[in-house]
Amino acid sequence: MVVTVIFIALIAILAGWWLSRQGLTAKPWLEVGVSGDARGAEPSVRPTGIGLGAFLVVAGSLFSLLVSAYSMRKGMADWQSLPMPTVLWFSTGLLIMSSVSLQTAVIAARRGEHDAIRFGLFAAGAASFGFLAGQLLAWRELAASGRFTAADPSIAFFYLLTALHGLHVLGGLVALCRTTIKAVVLSAACTPRALGALARSVKLCAVYWHFLLLVWLVLFSFLMRWTDDLVAFCRGLLT
Amino acid sequence: MRTAVALALIVLGSVVFHLLSPWWWTPIASNWAYIDDTILITFWITGVVFAAVVLFMAYCVFRFRHREGSRAAYQPESTRLEWWLSIGTGIGVAAMLAPGLVVWHQFVTVPDDAVTVEVVGQQWQWSYRLPGADGRLGASHVAYVSPDNPLGIDPKDPHGQDDVIVQGEPLHLELGKPVKILLRSLDVVHDFYVPEFRAKMDMIPGTVTYYWFTPTRVGTFEVLCAELCGTGHSHMRGSVVVELESEHRTWLLQQKSFAQLRAPVRADAGN
Amino acid sequence: MTDDTSNVIQSLSVAEVADVELYHPKSWITKYVFSQDAKIIAIQYSITALSIGLVALVMSWLMRLQLGFPGLLSFIDADSYYQFMTMHGMIMVIYLLTALFLGGFGNYLIPLMLGARDMVFPYVNMLSYWVYLLAVLVLVASFFVPGGPTGAGWTLYPPQAILATTPGKQWGIIVMLVSLMLFIVGFTMGGLNYVVTVLQGRTRGMTLLRMPLTVWGIFTATVLALLAFPALFVGSVMMLLDRVIGTSFFMPAIVSMGEQLPYGGGSPILFQHLFWFFGHPEVYIVALPAFGIISDLISTHARKNIFGYRMMVWALVAIGALSFLVWAHHMYVSGMHPAFGYFFATTTLIIAIPTAIKVYNWVLTLWRGDIHLTVPMLYALAFIVTFVNGGLTGLFLGNVVVDVPLSDTMFVVAHFHMVMGIAPIFAIFGGIYHWYPKVTGRLLSDTLGKLHFWVTFLGAYAIFFPLHYVGLMGVPRRYYEMGEMAFVPPSTATLNAFITVVALIVGAAQLVFVFNLVRSLRRGRPAGGNPWGATTLEWQTPQTPPGHGNWGKTLPVAYRWAYDYSVPGAAQDFLPQNQPPVPRTA
Repeated sequence: MVVTVIFIALIAILAGWWLSRQGLTAKPWLEVGVSGDARGAEPSVRPTGIGLGAFLVVAGSLFSLLVSAYSMRKGMADWQSLPMPTVLWFSTGLLIMSSVSLQTAVIAARRGEHDAIRFGLFAAGAASFGFLAGQLLAWRELAASGRFTAADPSIAFFYLLTALHGLHVLGGLVALCRTTIKAVVLSAACTPRALGALARSVKLCAVYWHFLLLVWLVLFSFLMRWTDDLVAFCRGLLT
Repeated sequence: MRTAVALALIVLGSVVFHLLSPWWWTPIASNWAYIDDTILITFWITGVVFAAVVLFMAYCVFRFRHREGSRAAYQPESTRLEWWLSIGTGIGVAAMLAPGLVVWHQFVTVPDDAVTVEVVGQQWQWSYRLPGADGRLGASHVAYVSPDNPLGIDPKDPHGQDDVIVQGEPLHLELGKPVKILLRSLDVVHDFYVPEFRAKMDMIPGTVTYYWFTPTRVGTFEVLCAELCGTGHSHMRGSVVVELESEHRTWLLQQKSFAQLRAPVRADAGN
Repeated sequence: MTDDTSNVIQSLSVAEVADVELYHPKSWITKYVFSQDAKIIAIQYSITALSIGLVALVMSWLMRLQLGFPGLLSFIDADSYYQFMTMHGMIMVIYLLTALFLGGFGNYLIPLMLGARDMVFPYVNMLSYWVYLLAVLVLVASFFVPGGPTGAGWTLYPPQAILATTPGKQWGIIVMLVSLMLFIVGFTMGGLNYVVTVLQGRTRGMTLLRMPLTVWGIFTATVLALLAFPALFVGSVMMLLDRVIGTSFFMPAIVSMGEQLPYGGGSPILFQHLFWFFGHPEVYIVALPAFGIISDLISTHARKNIFGYRMMVWALVAIGALSFLVWAHHMYVSGMHPAFGYFFATTTLIIAIPTAIKVYNWVLTLWRGDIHLTVPMLYALAFIVTFVNGGLTGLFLGNVVVDVPLSDTMFVVAHFHMVMGIAPIFAIFGGIYHWYPKVTGRLLSDTLGKLHFWVTFLGAYAIFFPLHYVGLMGVPRRYYEMGEMAFVPPSTATLNAFITVVALIVGAAQLVFVFNLVRSLRRGRPAGGNPWGATTLEWQTPQTPPGHGNWGKTLPVAYRWAYDYSVPGAAQDFLPQNQPPVPRTA
């Protein structure tokens, strides 16, 4: 559970930092009236941004727990690590590409370059579908390798981790498709307001994709056993 | 008024119930009197706090109940009072925690001269295994379990051949001899629990857990399962007999070893 | 005494109508069934939760009948007993308490108390309820599947939970896990709403320290739930895979009933860690909203500001943070590494300190108050009694070595029923008696309310206080029948029969409550907008019950904190949060 506790500690630090700026040591009974700063100005982040942030925390908690479970299960005697399908490298590259293209779309949206927005969105979508296809190929490769049994824990974990991550990608693709449609429909001569709304959607997609990439890189490093030393070190700390 | 009286009566009733209750822990039969002491300390501290808080409430409800024209005082906070209360609570908590941790340290530190006894749980019965003359238990794994090897002892391990196996009968322990109970389960989570010994621990399939104690009273004690283990959970009973060393030796001699239990099977196979 | 006008900030402008894109219902269906109005969703949540709670109540009667009068009802065999036990626990903890506090109270009170028109994502909020309803229906379906619901205990410990020797092995456990996963998905949708609304939906002037403690409690609990429920989700998914396709996440090599099962190498302890990583914060998910509600009830009905408001907020946050560091105190006897015992005992007992501060501040609020013994206030007092009782017995169980003899006995049952069964339910009752007038515009009958209160309070105490002593003797929990136990005196049977009779009476008293709820809808005394003279914004709505969009044309502005009761010099003994300060006379 070390990974999870670290994750929770990070969230706690973040929350503590935020709370420390909210004036929680003031004496509210002495202050009557409304000062200008209290929710007067336009908030810098919109509710959807905060909502996405909160969702990412939930999803982050989910994946940190999965990784915790994975490393605990891995400590059992019967664990046999299996060689990872090489196609995973390919899909990792695709996910990086989609994350990068979304970032270019964000930059393009800030500048109001419609074609670049569309290009970025399409590229990201295509790369993401490619990523999912790559994961499916990896599944098939494992199944075809003849080592596939449900009872093997490392195989079961591989399928579980990739499936849950893939589901999050699929969910993101729904939002990405909606944003892409919005971008396609939007004419070049749109109002700044409409462009702003599109830019925000693109931004949210990009944030989500960066998160997906980060999660995948963490999962990938665990699956590739790069983190074994780290895990062994942590276990050493505990016992 | 009525409410204040009711609150006070709750405190009074609880105290009276506590004093008169015929339901109290069973007389102890192990060395864990310290655990009982820690419980008593906790009882006193928490009991006083409970009575104080509820009686204070009762007094407030009586004294400051609404009357025509009365008005509440205005006092947002008193940092001083809150700090003092926190510190007081901290001391109370420490007074409970410190002895608890000390006793826990004893609980997890098995003495070197403890004899080993293995308890094996399966739905819904207890079996026991004691080391033979070599003083060691043989290796075991669920995979070895078969009708003639119900506890899954490794048939190739020489240490296992002389292990004494007790099935369907009470476990006998020697008075005054520290015993380390190794806990193993073949199927689900069980918990080997003898109320008089105070100690207990889950047995988790796939691993071996343990605890230790020294029996301090001769007698027969009931074994219960304390972790839900399926339909027959409440019927998973057994018993432990604590006896003097001489009696225990006699009992041990009457028991069959793993090799002896398997011998007739091998003889059948030979024919 | 402070001069309240000294710090008045002289910039009083009319609140701008920061008009959110409010959704406008067009038909009866979208207004009352597929409604996106948080108030309707709250009522839907509450009715569903209370209904399924009644089912769980009936199951507790059946269990009590078996324990008090063994063999009286022939249809209760061991299998059905464990099924009732499992469903009772699961429903009460998750489908009733969690859903009612967060989905019910949270949805109703957050927007109103913060001066918002609605939740920030109304559509997602609506989905949240319907997914929750689906989860409840799936749960109910488990009574009708072959083999009945699972009897694995609400903790669902593997391997037992998915083996053939546990009732409900065929379908019950699968349905249970699916229902839990649905619940978590539904809750997450709602939870994101509550959090973002608190962060972003507050009206002008509503700083964090002006929020009523109810909102603080629900907010903190929601954050905990969002972080903790994924653990249950992960555990459920993995157990489902173990059960359905034969993976070995939690399943070691096992011989069950003489047969080698095709599992191997899994770790039952892994599930326990996941479960309690969710399960312990879950206790606070239920307790923190109750803390908040009780604070507001006491303050309002004692006509006095809550004592030490800042400390109350800090304590809430501290408890919330610490609750993630104590989970393994449920696993002291699970054979985990002994070193964990020291750590978790220490963290667990430390959490007692902020909790104690809350209790002190509640009773200190009563001191020199002007206590109106209304039904909500009575419930608040009863909450303190039961919560203190259950909290103190928690100090037994949290102290690792004391837990060793007491764990898995009736003492634990008595403890958690007192602290997270009875106490939060009292907070719910208090909350319902308190806010019912706002929801319906009518007061609940006081006579029936007091009858309900005294029977429930004294009865519940009489049920669970003696039960501690049964556990102290060593009677294990989750026993279908005690049978003969040499160390148990025969008088215990009488005590058990007594407890059962009281439980039936208390159960019957809940029917009085339901009757009161229904009857007062039409026959209750009209309440007016603010029957209790409360300061918080939900009592200052232009209409009662609040209309669509809550606030008419202009949003309220919060000029002061939520607890201006009996302020010296003020004409009334309360100043609503949206009452502007009197400009200083030169």
